[in-house]
Amino acid sequence: MIEIDEITKLYEGTAAVDHVSMTVETGTITVIVGTSGSGKTTLLRMINRLIEPSSGEVRINGEATSALAKHELRRRIGYVIQGDGLFPHYTIAGNIGAVPKLLGWTKDKTRARVDELLDLFSMEPAQFRDRYPAELSGGQQQRVGVARALASRPDLLLMDEPFGALDPIIRARAQADLRHIQRQLGSTIVLVTHDMEEAIHLGDRVAVMDGGKLLQHGTPAEIIAAPATDFVAQMVGGVDRPLRLLSLIPVSEALEDGTADGEPIAPDTSLRDALSLCLWRGVEALPVADGDTPLGRVTLATIRARAAELA
Amino acid sequence: MAGLSPPGVLFAVLGLAAIFAPFMTLAANRIVAGEGRALWTLAAPQITGPGIALMLLGLALGLPAARPFLRIAGAALGLAGLVWLLVLGASSLLAEAGDYARVSPAAGFWFLLVVFALMMADALSALSPGPAARAGLLVLVIALVGALLWSGALSNLSIAQEFASRKNAFYTASLRHLGLAFGSLLAAAVIGLPLGVLSHRNAGLRRALLPVLSFLQTIPSLAMFGIMIPVLSWLSGVIPGARAIGIAGIGFAPAFLALTLYSLLPVVANVLAGLRTAPAATLEAARGMGMTWRQRLTRVELPLGLPVVLSGLRIVLVQNIGLAVIAGLIGGGGYGTFVFQGLNQTAGDLILLGALPTVALALVSAIAMDILVELTTPRTEREE
Repeated sequence: MIEIDEITKLYEGTAAVDHVSMTVETGTITVIVGTSGSGKTTLLRMINRLIEPSSGEVRINGEATSALAKHELRRRIGYVIQGDGLFPHYTIAGNIGAVPKLLGWTKDKTRARVDELLDLFSMEPAQFRDRYPAELSGGQQQRVGVARALASRPDLLLMDEPFGALDPIIRARAQADLRHIQRQLGSTIVLVTHDMEEAIHLGDRVAVMDGGKLLQHGTPAEIIAAPATDFVAQMVGGVDRPLRLLSLIPVSEALEDGTADGEPIAPDTSLRDALSLCLWRGVEALPVADGDTPLGRVTLATIRARAAELA
Repeated sequence: MAGLSPPGVLFAVLGLAAIFAPFMTLAANRIVAGEGRALWTLAAPQITGPGIALMLLGLALGLPAARPFLRIAGAALGLAGLVWLLVLGASSLLAEAGDYARVSPAAGFWFLLVVFALMMADALSALSPGPAARAGLLVLVIALVGALLWSGALSNLSIAQEFASRKNAFYTASLRHLGLAFGSLLAAAVIGLPLGVLSHRNAGLRRALLPVLSFLQTIPSLAMFGIMIPVLSWLSGVIPGARAIGIAGIGFAPAFLALTLYSLLPVVANVLAGLRTAPAATLEAARGMGMTWRQRLTRVELPLGLPVVLSGLRIVLVQNIGLAVIAGLIGGGGYGTFVFQGLNQTAGDLILLGALPTVALALVSAIAMDILVELTTPRTEREE
């Protein structure tokens, strides 16, 4: 558990981060979202003390971060930045093994971990281990950046706009990969973005910041359904709000018995996508099936009812 | 014109013109001005003929653009013809002249030498040889020139006679010149590397230091050597025992100090530029993963910046080999001794005895340092 307690950063008397407190549960993704200048990156960088707080403290599993030497603290926290920041003169194995090397792991242990991570990110170890970052595509470099941050099994992973440099298609893939790997490893992640869509898609919890203050901290559904301020309401996109809410609910939660015509959809399809398909196909209901097993159907009326009940 | 190498055409035109320039001079003694002799007047046609033919063949072989190996062979043939004419021409000219007569290469020889050397360099660069091949070529050239000098084939030339009468002085001067150039490089590196690293970390130091070093660099070299004389004589007077370790107004110490001061700016500036080559995101990631500043320096900034740092040392070395000549003026020794003696005696070949080794040393050092820079450039892609 990460506890951020009344943390403040002053630059020449102006607060870049103003008395922010929040708790990040172990094994969850918390996304801090805000416009540029909102203080979100400053807040993130105070967690691994790349920026020293003016007041307040951060505790990781009860232990204050100020109790450790800075470099010791950072070796326990994974850190991923936009544009990956890989070492151009290290091979992929050298990059991923950088923190284990700092921690004094044996060569064999490091090598095994590197191969394990490359496998996890669907990159064939034999093919990628000895390459250099310049030989990889942007998406591959980004994956190596995340693998490097995970190498020493850190207590916490900090990510600063990690997908900002990727094109939309690769970004969607990278987000899905991150979600998948986080579920698999049970990592605790704090991620900073300016993209509310990304925040809603990735976050178990979303924290909205503006002007150095934490405006609202809650689940994506809470943030969309009950924005605490006009600014949050604006961030979650005004008229798109019902659609964003529907995007959080899988059709498996709105199933009813019966059948419908057409190509069946998977149970983890979101209600927003189902709505879109209904409109596109000009039908009132869609069949839902898990592979070859029919599960039932979802109707336009149910979707409409769910949207109304959320609003 | 298609298929002709443009530089090859230029070399052929220049080379043909140079063949008509005086190739050697014959003087009655070492002081008086000599009389220029054209190629075909050096010796009997059966001696000059083959040499001239070799050079013409060489110039012709330098023409085809698509055949770098042919052009290399052409340059080699041309150089061989040049040496042939120089060696045989010298003995033939001396045979018909008096006891004190001197022969020297003249404008035509030097011009042709430059033409064939450039032709060789141009053809080699078309092959873009790797560092190992370049090092091999450098050793080969040094060995060939060394063998030519060692064989005594050139001993009839005036410059060789100047050398023969000052063998010991020449060796002493060589050691002194190397000591000045490499010693000041070492001193500048020992002082400049830490200064560069500290200025990289500390903007205040950087802002204070760079203008001072730039100012030192703008002092004309003659003035710099001049300034050292009173400064060091004063020091040798105030500090007890300073004179005993060689600190005096004239001699090695002021020359060494002046060269070191000159070297500091290029060293510090290149260390700073080198340390800045690491991408900002890479450094941020290094900091974020818990590298201490020393680890960032030794694992990221220095390896990535090393080629730039070494380029700075290369500039300093070549600069100091040239500047060390001026040390001769203030009794610092080195090849400058011969240059200034030669100027005083109007003995051109004595000047050359100082100037030619200086040029050769600078060339060899520049090539060797370039090879070193390439070898230290970090790999960022796999070799296929």
